[in-house]
Order: sequence, then C-alpha cells, then structure tokens
Amino acid sequence: MQTMLTPTSIEETRSPFVRWLLLTRWNLARALIITRREVTDMLRDWRILAPIFILTVVFPFIANWGAGRIVNYVEQFEAAIIGERLIPFLLLVVGFFPISFSLIIALESFAGEKERRSLEPLLDTPLTDLQLYIGKILASVVPPLAASALGITVYLVGVFISVDYRPPLILLVQVFSLTAMQAILMVAGAVVVSSQATSVRAANLLASFIIIPVAFLIQLEAFIMFLAAYSVLWWVLLGIVVITVVLLRMGVRSFNREELLGRDIDELDLYKGMRRLGAMIVAKRDDPAQRRSPWAWYRDEVLAQVPRLWMPALLTLVSMGISLVVGIQYAEQFPIPEEMVAVEDWEEQFPTLLGEAGLTGVGGVVRVVFQNARAILIGGGLGMFTLGIGMVLVAMLPFGIIGFVFAQVSTLGIDPSLLYAALIPHSIIEIPAILLASAAFIRLGASVIAPPPDKTIGQGWMVALADTIRLSVGLVLPLFIIAAVIEVFITPQIVLSQAAGL
Amino acid sequence: MIETNGLTKQFDDLLAVDSVTLQVEPGEVLALLGPNGAGKTTTVRMLTSILKPTAGSASVAGYDVVKHAQQVRAHVGILTEAHGLYLRQAGREYLDFYGALYGIEAGQRARRAERLTERFGLLEALDRRIGEYSKGMRQKLALVRALLHDPPVLLLDEPTSAMDPHSARQVRDAIKDLRGDGRCIILTTHNLNEAEELADRIAIIRKGTIVARGTPLELKARLLGPPLLEVRFGGEVNGLVENMADLVEIDSHGHNWVRYRTPEPSRTNPILIKQLAAEGVDVVTLSEVSQSLEEVYLRVVNEN
Ligand SMILES: Nc1ncnc2c1ncn2[C@@H]1O[C@H](COP(=O)(O)OP(=O)(O)OP(=O)(O)O)[C@@H](O)[C@H]1O
Ligand SMILES: [Mg+2]
Repeated sequence: MQTMLTPTSIEETRSPFVRWLLLTRWNLARALIITRREVTDMLRDWRILAPIFILTVVFPFIANWGAGRIVNYVEQFEAAIIGERLIPFLLLVVGFFPISFSLIIALESFAGEKERRSLEPLLDTPLTDLQLYIGKILASVVPPLAASALGITVYLVGVFISVDYRPPLILLVQVFSLTAMQAILMVAGAVVVSSQATSVRAANLLASFIIIPVAFLIQLEAFIMFLAAYSVLWWVLLGIVVITVVLLRMGVRSFNREELLGRDIDELDLYKGMRRLGAMIVAKRDDPAQRRSPWAWYRDEVLAQVPRLWMPALLTLVSMGISLVVGIQYAEQFPIPEEMVAVEDWEEQFPTLLGEAGLTGVGGVVRVVFQNARAILIGGGLGMFTLGIGMVLVAMLPFGIIGFVFAQVSTLGIDPSLLYAALIPHSIIEIPAILLASAAFIRLGASVIAPPPDKTIGQGWMVALADTIRLSVGLVLPLFIIAAVIEVFITPQIVLSQAAGL
Repeated sequence: MIETNGLTKQFDDLLAVDSVTLQVEPGEVLALLGPNGAGKTTTVRMLTSILKPTAGSASVAGYDVVKHAQQVRAHVGILTEAHGLYLRQAGREYLDFYGALYGIEAGQRARRAERLTERFGLLEALDRRIGEYSKGMRQKLALVRALLHDPPVLLLDEPTSAMDPHSARQVRDAIKDLRGDGRCIILTTHNLNEAEELADRIAIIRKGTIVARGTPLELKARLLGPPLLEVRFGGEVNGLVENMADLVEIDSHGHNWVRYRTPEPSRTNPILIKQLAAEGVDVVTLSEVSQSLEEVYLRVVNEN
C-alpha cells in the first residue's frame, strides 16, 4: 500500500539535490499516468485528431508548394530576398498551427473534466495537486508539439527538395523554442481561465483573453521575421518565458481541490456581479458604529490608495522616462527637414489652429478630458489582457512623441521655451493624474497574478477593479478636469505672451 | 476509524455543515440520512480531504484529514455522487488507470478488477466502452473502483440509487460482507429500507446539523414510542379491550382485533396470552406491526 505515497526511500535520501531529482522523477511518473490516459482518450477523438492531422501533414505540403512557387517567381525579378524571408516565416506558421490545438485540448482537459464531474474521483486518489496539474499540462502540450515538430519536418524536407533550402540551425532552435513556449503559454493560460469557468462553453468565451494576445504575439513575430531581425526573437522568447512562468504559478495556485470543487455551482451571474461590484465601490460600512463622514470615506477609500500605488507608479514613471529618451534619440536619427515645418507667422495662425482642433471654450475642456480618459481606458483594457503590460505601453507612447517633438524643435533652432510654456502648466497636474491612473490600471491587470491569500483570482480582481474605479472617479477625473481647464483657458495666453516677448 | 469533532463547513453565505460529531468503528455501517441539500455529500467530501473544514476536525483511518490528506485518500474508498467515468474507455482500462493511481502493481490490479467485477456481474462488460453501459452498470463500475485498493474505510454516496432490485441486492450483500471484514463504512442514501437493513447506526442530518442518531431500533423507540403489537381473535372483541387496558396501552381496535403498545413485549405478551386463554378467548395471531423508519425520518425532518 505504501507505493502510492511518496516512497520513504526518497524522503530519507540525504543529499538535497539527489532527493530533489528522485522526487521530480517520482512526481513525473505519477503525472504520466494522467497524461497517458488523456492522450489515449484524445487519440480516440477524431474531432481533435482530424484537424491536427490536416494541419500537420497537409498544410506543410501546401506551404512548401506555395513557398517554392513564390521563391521561383520572385527570382525572375532578382528579388530573392522576399523568398529568403518567406521560408523562415512559413516555418513559424507551420509550427504554430498544430500547437494552437493545445489551447483547445487544455480547455477540454481542465474545464471539460470539471463540467463532466469526472474530476472528483481523481481528487479522491492520493495524487497530489501538483502531479495532477503536471499530468494535465503535459497531456495538452506534448501531442500538439509532436504534431508541430512533424509538420516542421515535412515542410523542411519539402523546401529542401524543391528549392534546396537549408535552415540555419539557430533559426530552427528559435522557431522550436518559440513554438514550444507558446504552447505552454496557452495551456498555462487555459488552466487559469478554466479555473474561473464551470463549463467548457464559458471557458471558451474566457479563452479570448488568451487568443487575442497570442494572435498579436504571432503578428509581432511575423513582422520581426520579415525584417529579418532574428536576434530580437530572443527577447520575445524571454518575454514569453516570463509571462508563462507567471501564468503557471497562477495555475498551480488555482488548481487545488478546494477551489476546483468549491466553485462547481458558481455561475457567471452578471447582475449579481454588478451589484456586488457596486457595493464594493461604495465601500459602505455595515456596522453603524463604523460609519464615516464623507471626508473620512474619501480619505480611507480614495486618498489612502495613492501611497499603495508607488510601485506601479514608479514603473510607469521609469517607462515614461525611457520612452522620452528613445523619442529624443529617434529625432536625432531622423531629423525632419526644416522646410517641412512652417514656422513663419505661426502666432497669427495659433488661435485659428486651436479653434480648428476644437480646443477652445468648455467644449475644449470636455474634449481634452475625454481624450485623456479614452487613452487610459484603452490602456487599461489592453492591460486586462496582458497582465497590465498594455497600460505601460499606452502610457509610454505620448512621452516618446513628446521627446521626439522636443528634440526636433530644438534642432530646428526654435526656442524650446515656447514648448515649455505650452506643456508645463497643465502637465504639472496631468502627469501625476496619468501616473496614478496608469498605476491603478496596471495593478488591476496584474491583480490576477497574486490575489490576496484568502481570495480567489476572481475575487481579488473584483477588489482591484472597485479600487480602480473609486480612484479614477474620485481623484483622476477631477485632476484631468483641472488640467484641461488650464490647458484650454490659460496655456494659450501664456504661449502667446511668451511668443510676443521673443 | 472515522471520528469527527465539530466538523463545520461554511460556503460563501451558507452554513452547509454545522458542527457534526460522529464516530464509526471498524465493522460498523453508519447511514447518513437527510433531505436534499442537508449536507451529506459535503460531509463526505470533508472526510476525503477534498473540502477543507471551516472548523472542527476529523480523522479517518487514523490520519487527520487536514494534515495527512494524502494518507487519508490512500486508505479510503469513495463512491462519489457523480460517478465521473470516462465514457471513451473500456471498463478494464478505466479500472487499470485508477489501479495505477492507487499504486497497485499491474498484475494485481488486473486480478482485482476481474474478481470485483465478477462479483457484481459486470465481468462480461469489462471490455466494452463505458459509454455503452447502462446507468446501473456505471454505478457498479464506480463502486468497483472504490473497492479496488482494498481500503479499510468506505464512503459510499448513494451506492444503489440507479440500480435494479437484483443489482441493489448484490450491492447490499457486498456491503454486508465488507462490514464483516471489519471495514468502517459511511453510507448516504435516500432508501430508508436499505438504511434499516444495512446500518448499525443511523444519523439524520438536516440543514447541516445532526438532528437524530442511534440504532434503527433506538430511533423508532424514541420517536415512535414502544413497539406496536396486534392480536387477532377467533371471535368478537366485546369486553376484552377494557381487560387488556390494565396490562398494556391500547392503540386502536376493530371487531376482532386490538392494537396495543408495550415497552416490554417479552414480559407482557406471555402474561397477556395466558390471561386471554384463561378467559377462553381464541387468539389467532399475535404480531408486531412494523413501523417504518420512514415514519421516523419524516417526523425528524419535518419537526421544527
Ligand atoms: N461547492 C459548493 N459551493 C457552495 N455551496 C455548496 C457547494 N456544495 C454544496 N453546497 C451547498 O451545501 C448544501 C449541502 O449540499 P450537499 O451536496 O452536501 O447536500 P446533500 O445532503 O448531499 O444533498 P443530496 O441529498 O441532494 O445529495 C447545499 O445547500 C448546497 O447547495
Ligand atoms: Mg449528496
């Protein structure tokens, strides 16, 4: 009977390293029992098998035929470079198609077992949570990856025969590591998504949180490959590894017996969710003895958040700084020719320009506030799919542009004091507001990584969302309004008087 | 073997199990009865360390369910409410898979699987896909899975709910044998005859609390009063009832029968029969009117 628990021989091993090795082997052996069953099951399901087969064997043929034709075609025009870039790119695509199935298999393996209630007997066995988790991850990753390797081989043999193409070894290593990491990334994401869903259908809906970022990622990789900036792919790989590790950690956390069964009657109830969120935003104390004055409420629930946001705020600030420097460097590399910038008599044109841009009067204020809010919401929205990274990028962008413009203006010999006059007054308010908003949305996006110990991922996210909404409405929005008033009513005066003084 | 102390489980805003204290010895069957949603399954899940108790403690087969969850699971066979079989697998593959998870060596798990399925009349179906099994066959297979690793403790959540009478009989016989081997068994069921037949002790649970417990006889005596007996006579009852009322408590009577209660039938019945014979009354039958556990159950569950 002892064999099912960790063998005592392992626990008694002296050397920690040897013990770790033995334990890993033991865990793996246990996990593989699960993997074997799931893979066998999968091999009996033609709904999964047939598409994988097509993508693995048939598609590489088509890709290879197409690549051959195009290579021969462009060679007539001595544009061989297109062909050269195309073959590695198709290599990536051929490798990626089969692994896209890892997502489907994983959703089926995690959410499907939950839905069919076949998880409970498994949880009743002496298998540890980790063994079960590893077994299921392997079952979702290994078959698609094998199919992917097969597809790549078919494709490479094909291009070797048809156009005598031999891939550099390093490219093969890159494509294969990218493919493998993306498979693990999607599966790790699928586990997290499945932990929040009670049915395969719901999990599939939530899976867009995985599909959309991965689709962007593939496009990015394709772009990089067309530029032949192959060394950049290593950085992409590193990024994927980091995110995958984060997702795997989240997965292990949400993959425990209590949560897997504890939520089997918990359905997505939008109305109830909204009401709960509303209550969390208002943050009213139930106990009458603890009721607070409006000011005390504002201090506790809004202002008190500010110091807690120092870390994401610092991150945003540093990113903005980097972006500014990059913008300046770009301006030095790509100076705008002087004659393209009409600097004559701009003082006369300035008010008309402002009017055309709609930056006058109350309407102007509304417009400026709206634009700022929109940028934050877009960043926050992207951040939700990307653990907060999208928000950082959106916050960086304007500073890159500002840096670029500044540098251009100063190389053109225009007195930058005008730009200072145009930017500084409202920025004093606006930049802290952007910083706060970005920090809050980054925290929201990242809140799923590490929910408080007594909360599930969903609950932790709700708390962060309520905090973010409270901060946005209670502090960021008023700051935006003040900044916009300054920008529309005061800044033009300053700029004009400054210009007159020149 | 199984011991719980103030076991409690709180879901978000629902107290599903409220300080349940139980004790089941080896060779004993405890039936856990109660209406839908009473907390039976939740209790069983805490005993296999799937759900963590919010408060209280439990030990199963000598292991604490929180601290030694893995050992607990290794020593418990559990028939879950939802059987969760893999329909694309054959019965044999399924049992082999679970056998491996329980760490049984390959040859032995094949032998055990055959022996157990034979006992439940499932051997012929062993190589068919589970998807083709009927409801009752699936339940039997799940039961075989629970017994595969020869566990000293069994937790059976509604073991016969989907079975035909013959299969249910087989399963009940098997449970009796298992008890005979000195195993410790908790059984939840909605079939009160089954509970009465199998259980050494019964616990009735309502809204998470145990509201009545004891042997079937104790429960009946406590809730339905002393046993009810019926005498049938050869002729008319006439004045007999008044005479009998000195000795026993009359429940009801008709023209040739009387129903009465007595706390000590073994003492009062012989006296009564002698008395009646002395009076020249012909006693045709004297029998105990069976009072069902169902009545006990309904009374317990409905009272506030
Ligand atoms: N994972 C869960 N999350 C929240 N509530 C739950 C969960 N599981 C069970 N409950 C609730 O706990 C209560 C007890 O459920 P349980 O399944 O233990 O009842 P039961 O006695 O087994 O009922 P039945 O006879 O219908 O099988 C029910 O009200 C149920 O809704
Ligand atoms: Mg139940």
